[in-house]
Amino acid sequence: MSALLELRGISKSFRGLRAVSDASFEVPKGAISALIGPNGAGKTTCFNVIAGVYKPDSGSIHFDGVPIQGLRPDQVCGAGIGRTFQIVKPFAGLTVLENVVVGALKREPSVSAAEKRAAEIMEKLGLGSKRGQPASSLTLPDRKRLEVARALATRPKLLLLDEVMAGLRPTECDQMVEVFREINRAEGLTILLIEHVMRAVMALAQRVIVLNHGEIIARGTPVEVVRDPAVLECYLGEEAEV
Amino acid sequence: MTRAHALLATLLALLVAFPAAASPYALSVATLILFFAFAGQAWNVMMGFAGQLSLGHSLYVGVGAYAAAGLYFHFGIGAWAGVFLAIAACVLLGAAIGFLAFRFGISGVYFALLTIAFAEFTRIGFDHIQWLGGPGGLFIKVEHRTGWDLLNLRGAPAMFYYVMLGLTCAAFALCAWLLRSRAGYYWQAIRENEEAAQALGINTFRWKMLAVVISSAMTAVAGVFFAFYYNNLFPEQIFHISRSIEIILGPIIGGLGTLFGPILGAAVLTILADGITELLAALGWEFPGVKQVFYGLVLLIVVMFLPHGIWPTLARKLGVGK
Repeated sequence: MSALLELRGISKSFRGLRAVSDASFEVPKGAISALIGPNGAGKTTCFNVIAGVYKPDSGSIHFDGVPIQGLRPDQVCGAGIGRTFQIVKPFAGLTVLENVVVGALKREPSVSAAEKRAAEIMEKLGLGSKRGQPASSLTLPDRKRLEVARALATRPKLLLLDEVMAGLRPTECDQMVEVFREINRAEGLTILLIEHVMRAVMALAQRVIVLNHGEIIARGTPVEVVRDPAVLECYLGEEAEV
Repeated sequence: MTRAHALLATLLALLVAFPAAASPYALSVATLILFFAFAGQAWNVMMGFAGQLSLGHSLYVGVGAYAAAGLYFHFGIGAWAGVFLAIAACVLLGAAIGFLAFRFGISGVYFALLTIAFAEFTRIGFDHIQWLGGPGGLFIKVEHRTGWDLLNLRGAPAMFYYVMLGLTCAAFALCAWLLRSRAGYYWQAIRENEEAAQALGINTFRWKMLAVVISSAMTAVAGVFFAFYYNNLFPEQIFHISRSIEIILGPIIGGLGTLFGPILGAAVLTILADGITELLAALGWEFPGVKQVFYGLVLLIVVMFLPHGIWPTLARKLGVGK
């Protein structure tokens, strides 16, 4: 499998605090990969560097063979990377449909085409019946779905999911897992997810990368990673049952 | 035809017929309402749609007014040409302010301060331009005409009323179209959450610039009208921050970001201000400042009970959309 996204020696500091330190990893095309690690490990910073929110202090990021480090967030989106936010950011004053239309307009030539595309995606994520509601009226699980729907509407080749399972009940979590599996299988969408819910990581990810204090301490299949002593030590704990 | 269209058509018919029945005083009040409706609509593009707070829209009214009036005063070139000069000047100014702010990430109240600063130093600057009359003002020759000279904007009060009505309708149609287009979606996304908008591939700099440019161009047209309707311009008045506030109160009271809010707000506020004056005169309570106190109280009540403005609530009652 070739790499769709490739980070080489990425570092990012905030006033002397090294959030990400010399991180290198690849996201294989067509696969679902997970980025895990304790709070403050630098996972979201990693996402923000990829998505163009922060410029890396050093290192390179290649997407589909093209360097993308230093591009603006809208340009990264244009290149084919969609992302969700850990702290959801709905367009609260707009309806659910309008939220998704904004994303769909990235690739669709007209508002009516974007509405059609948005409706399809909302159906897939179970938001179909809520299209006319203001986004501010949604519950947290639905807001998470809306984040995903908006990002998907931009027709990404790579989807970055930042803790979309957090706060979901186990059954809701399983539904979401099923949605991502389906999209990954049917459309070959590559997914990189940050997740604390190990239930979802084990069910979804083919590859796992573990960050701690900004450094990559382990990588491999989910089963390999959960047995890794270094990972058990800093993150999962000795009694981890997954 | 939907209910909204029917109501709109009825209103338009009433407005077209209005001058035939109205007294000169009522006609002047109606013209003023339309002026504020139009200018409010222009401001609403920037704040209501794109979420960029300008507290210096008097800048565009003033520059637009002086550009067209100067051209007419010195060279006898009428408003038909002056309006293009006015638009060009205001678009350049708006683009310069927008570029400075958006390029360097100035937003929110700091952006608002920047717009005030530009309006204020333009006001002071115009005090020193003797060619345009300086602090003593610029006066366009008033000729009493009963005919209509649309190209030069010289004519009877009813002509000014119809010009303003036409402009207000055009602005309404333009804004309705913009709001349903890509620009409308992108502006609202930026207004609601700029970071999320960017993550969805929106070049926020470009779309915010477009909002400023359209808003300043529209406001320039309001300025041209102002110059030829009132025939006298003073930097102290036209660039004053109170004029900016007058412009923005309409859309805020009527309903920010709505299409009909600026029109409704302008009508309510103008009628209210004049009504209070009349009422107080009738009661014999003509103390200095009492009018402002009443006006302030009414605004306070509206903001307290209708925090989203009058139109969203009224629209629900009437069963029509934005």
